[in-house]
Amino acid sequence: MADPMRIRATEQPDGVDVRVLMSHEMETGQRRDSAGAIVPAHYISNVTVTHNGKPVLSAEWGPAVAKNPYLQFKFKGGKKGEKLTVTWVDNKGDTRTDEATIS
Amino acid sequence: MKQNRRRFVKLSGAFALLSAAGLISAREALAQQQAWNKSAFEAKSLDETVKALGGQSSAPNAGITITAPDIAENGAVVPVGVTSKIPNTQNVYILVEKNPNSLAAGFAIPAGTDANVSTRIKMGQTSNVHAVVKADNKFYVATKEVKVTLGGCGG
Repeated sequence: MADPMRIRATEQPDGVDVRVLMSHEMETGQRRDSAGAIVPAHYISNVTVTHNGKPVLSAEWGPAVAKNPYLQFKFKGGKKGEKLTVTWVDNKGDTRTDEATIS
Repeated sequence: MKQNRRRFVKLSGAFALLSAAGLISAREALAQQQAWNKSAFEAKSLDETVKALGGQSSAPNAGITITAPDIAENGAVVPVGVTSKIPNTQNVYILVEKNPNSLAAGFAIPAGTDANVSTRIKMGQTSNVHAVVKADNKFYVATKEVKVTLGGCGG
């Protein structure tokens, strides 16, 4: 199981600002190890952020997203104290879900 | 001793529940993965990617802003933000022209979410970064050149 995500969601006058830092290798599948064998690709392919069960952002990522991916966006309709859920799935079927409270 | 045993029983029960939940989410994960647009991520150029995403061509638009450094010192971590002022923005895509596969990331923006996302991408070399925005089923594009002093692919 991968390490937990760091999620920060803050209520601002023009919406809720969400910042997520995930912990993931994001291997491109282009690199070779010291023996010359290609390191197989391993990257997050889908990310979904839901607020009160309603998706507020979904992303499809390729291997070109940097290691330990960072994501920032803003949405309207969130209030202080409400829950926000972030889920990612990688190309090996591994998944992780974390929850944060809007502050 | 007795208490320990009870705790153990409790814990193992909880663990069984957790692993059952894990199985379910793994299956869900597989279903979700099928939603991943493989052809778009394998396309090698802007036009190919737009076609793979279901568009015909993309028109330049001044309503899209790319926030990225002019010179990125480390190609492995290039912060890129895209803001779209085009009404009804549905999707935002970030493309890097000279990467092995152009498409780096795609975002679906539901109503109520600002068309303003930032993330970090990898760049193999100095290249144009395109931001493609899908609004009302039309595709718009903006381009910015980012110079990379140290590549982020291979190494």
